[in-house]
Amino acid sequence: MAEIAIRNVEKSYGKTAVLHGVDLQIANGEFLVILGPSGCGKSTLLRMIAGLEGITQGEIAIDGRVVNALEPRERGCAMVFQNYALYPHMTVAENIGYALKVAGLPKAERDRRVAEIAQIVGLEAFLARRPSELSGGQRQRVAMGRAMIREPKVFLFDEPLSNLDAKLRVQMRLEIRRLHQRLQATSVFVTHDQIEAMSLADRIVVMNQGRIEQAGPPRLLYAEPATRFVAAFLGAPAMNLLPATMIAKNRARMTDGTEISLDPERFAAEIGQAVEIGIRPEDVMIVWPGSEGAHQVEVEFTEDMGSSRLIHTRLGATEFTVLQPTAQIEAEGALHITLPEDAIHLFDAGTGRRLAGKATLIGLRASAAA
Amino acid sequence: MAHATGRPFLEEEGRSLLLPVLVWIALVTVLPLVALASAALSIEGAPGLGPLVGEWMRPGTLRAVGNSLVTSGGAMLLSLVIGGGAAMIIGIARIPGRRLFALLFTLSMLIAPHVVALAFKTMLGPASPVLQALGLAPPPGSPNPLVSLGGIVLVLGLHHAPIVMLTLLAGFRQVPHHLVEAAQMDGARVWRICRDILFPLLAGHWLAAGLLAFVAAFGNFGIPALLGLPINILTLPTLIYRELTSFGPSVLTGVAGLALLTMLIAGIILLLAGRLQNRDASLSDAEAPLRAFWKPGPAGTLALITLGATLLLIALVLPVLSLLAASLVPSYGVPLTRDTLTWQAFGEVLLRQQATREAFLNSFRLAGLAALLLGLLSIPFAFAMLRYGGRMRPALLLLVDLPYALPGIVVAIAMILVFLKPLPIAGISLYATPWIILLAYLVRFMPLALKPTLATMAMLSPSIEEAGALCGARAGRRLVDLVAPALAPAMGAGILMIFLMAFTELTVSALLWSAGSRTIGVVMYGLEEAGQTTEASAIGIATIAVVSLAMLLIDRLAPLLPPGAVPWKPVEDG
Ligand SMILES: Nc1ncnc2c1ncn2[C@@H]1O[C@H](COP(=O)(O)OP(=O)(O)O)[C@@H](O)[C@H]1O
Ligand SMILES: [Mg+2]
Repeated sequence: MAEIAIRNVEKSYGKTAVLHGVDLQIANGEFLVILGPSGCGKSTLLRMIAGLEGITQGEIAIDGRVVNALEPRERGCAMVFQNYALYPHMTVAENIGYALKVAGLPKAERDRRVAEIAQIVGLEAFLARRPSELSGGQRQRVAMGRAMIREPKVFLFDEPLSNLDAKLRVQMRLEIRRLHQRLQATSVFVTHDQIEAMSLADRIVVMNQGRIEQAGPPRLLYAEPATRFVAAFLGAPAMNLLPATMIAKNRARMTDGTEISLDPERFAAEIGQAVEIGIRPEDVMIVWPGSEGAHQVEVEFTEDMGSSRLIHTRLGATEFTVLQPTAQIEAEGALHITLPEDAIHLFDAGTGRRLAGKATLIGLRASAAA
Repeated sequence: MAHATGRPFLEEEGRSLLLPVLVWIALVTVLPLVALASAALSIEGAPGLGPLVGEWMRPGTLRAVGNSLVTSGGAMLLSLVIGGGAAMIIGIARIPGRRLFALLFTLSMLIAPHVVALAFKTMLGPASPVLQALGLAPPPGSPNPLVSLGGIVLVLGLHHAPIVMLTLLAGFRQVPHHLVEAAQMDGARVWRICRDILFPLLAGHWLAAGLLAFVAAFGNFGIPALLGLPINILTLPTLIYRELTSFGPSVLTGVAGLALLTMLIAGIILLLAGRLQNRDASLSDAEAPLRAFWKPGPAGTLALITLGATLLLIALVLPVLSLLAASLVPSYGVPLTRDTLTWQAFGEVLLRQQATREAFLNSFRLAGLAALLLGLLSIPFAFAMLRYGGRMRPALLLLVDLPYALPGIVVAIAMILVFLKPLPIAGISLYATPWIILLAYLVRFMPLALKPTLATMAMLSPSIEEAGALCGARAGRRLVDLVAPALAPAMGAGILMIFLMAFTELTVSALLWSAGSRTIGVVMYGLEEAGQTTEASAIGIATIAVVSLAMLLIDRLAPLLPPGAVPWKPVEDG
């Protein structure tokens, strides 16, 4: 078990800067997920913790000890790679036990530990096989077993589930969660899949272009995204974002003239400021024509998703999606909607930062700090 | 219609383009081999195995086989140590200058063997400028220590060490980098990673590299010709050469028997090497290949750089400088000083002597013509083999590769067997004309043209051609408009590569030359045999200059080619 401190860490490959000053504290036993689009620098950050990449600027400390100059083997981290990186010429048992062999443990002790780990990851029956004789899920388990056997202080996962099919992915996700509950080791998990992130994380760090956009518990990031990027990245279907200009403390006008009323208590925007109004498809309310504050939108087409239905419309000049429980009557032609004021997010159009006066989820704020 | 066979459209329409390839293989690979085998099996006129076995069991043959096995085996071990060490170091260690090292070390392999042998001979002989400078030179008139069995082993081993290096580096490109990182996370240090991961994963490549070095040494002519023939140490290729030059075509069938033996030994080992190399796991598309992962400390870096520089000094720089020194004195044995320095030998061989001027011209024409023809053929051939080869593809690739993989002396004997008798319809014999050398070059060097074009062709996405087909372009049109432009740089590299090899070669022309068709290799060898080392050295230096120039030009093309298409680009940046 260990805590990790990442202080103002930068990374460049030659002249290309990939990470621009990352600050992050990872608590003892925490399951932290680093989430971001492909190429944003997640793997690079993870590999710097592991010692597989050099640190251009700043420092990383594990348990208070700066590890910048330490070799991977001296850092006490174990890693599960995206394509597992199993040694193809070794059996499952040899793969799992290799770290112990390198450490010079006697054979009997090694065998005992390998058997123990194999039991935890459910591979007892496959110990004599080569990786090429295993299914994707089994390889994944070998990779996990290999990481576990050294009883590392820190587990690092680099998109370990992305090579599995959808069903297996869900199953392995649960197993990882279960393992973490059992081992309570500090874990850093990198993924570009927001559902994976939401379901696994104690805390999510959203990264974009080499910077941290926001860090916090999944619920908080969903409810109160700090930037337009986080708002758009988290949640499926994605949040609607409507460009507009503030025309009063409590009103914004879109380019085509549609006006939207805002709760002045919650937002701190100047009159004349360019903003983006965000609202999640599931927060949009479908109402009867003529209801107060109703906007009419044209239905372009709908996607049926089983328990719900996604209605693609246009609000003003902007694409706008509405999520409707399937139980309700299917929309055709035009649809009337209202945007509940307490579900609206407001972002500065220039900086992309959230414009918020008051938090809607004060309780969550407190737990994030804890 | 096209789809009746169930093959994809692209592999169906235009299949007739495969016909020339099949004809080529039949004429160029199969026919000569059949001629060789049938001649070898009818040594005494009538078909029979007895005389062939008798030929193989002659004491002279057995001695040559023994010498060949000993020299090739020793050279193989030396190549494995040197080339294997070089590959390991530049494959895993981040040391400045390793690309340059790979380039220069590979250059040493591209210099023709007889030039290399002469260079080493001048480096270690009594007149050696290096040994004289060190005060270690043997007394004048004493025998050259390099002209010995040990000398052959040493020069063969050094000369073919780059083969081992390149084979292993190609193997390194097949190892996923993540495996090394996983081992690092498992706590393994550099040495353990090499021992536990890289070595077992590349076991097949190590064995194959050794076998390839063995075959290269086994079929080599130039080195044992200069370092063994003068003192009657014969290997199979030099035995064949001597038999044929001493007794002429009358002993042709017996010589065919020897060539068949050479071919069988080399062929079996080559097949084995191919198997072993393919046995190792290969990289999937999603995985990044191994990068150098070890940054040695300052002392280690310095030690490794020194080691590499020493190797280059011994394998390339000193021999070439010695050769240069030997070419700049009035006659062999005169020490090179400011007073003795003269360009006289260069004047002789390049300007005055009719025979050498003619030889340069001959080699230039033969190599140039062969290179151009093969280059032009390589594009439709690569296209047809990859698009229409189907299940025959591996066999086609193997057959087309044989004439270069097998010892050159075998090809030369086969050419004589095919062309000694007058051609069926024309009624003239090509034997003793320059044409037989040109044909032999076409046969032998086709694989050099195909290597880069095939590599590039394999990278071409079929979807480009499919798009062309949907626009109505037929196979020939697609070849000309879509494929050929993409393969042009590879063709250029192939042309230069063939020119470079053919311009300086000796093995084939040594057996096929006639009065009007001496090549540079033949003339240089003749001068050396006659004791005119100074003139021979001047020719050697001139050929090295041409080779270097061609290499520089190929290097210019390298960025346009896929990895592995140019032999000396084994190391990536970073
Ligand atoms: N070895 C490297 N050399 C140069 N650029 C690199 C290297 N590795 C990664 N990058 C660049 O760094 C950026 C971040 O890469 P990475 O951390 O792998 O992203 P992610 O894991 O978030 O997809 C990418 O733009 C990538 O192109
Ligand atoms: Mg990544």
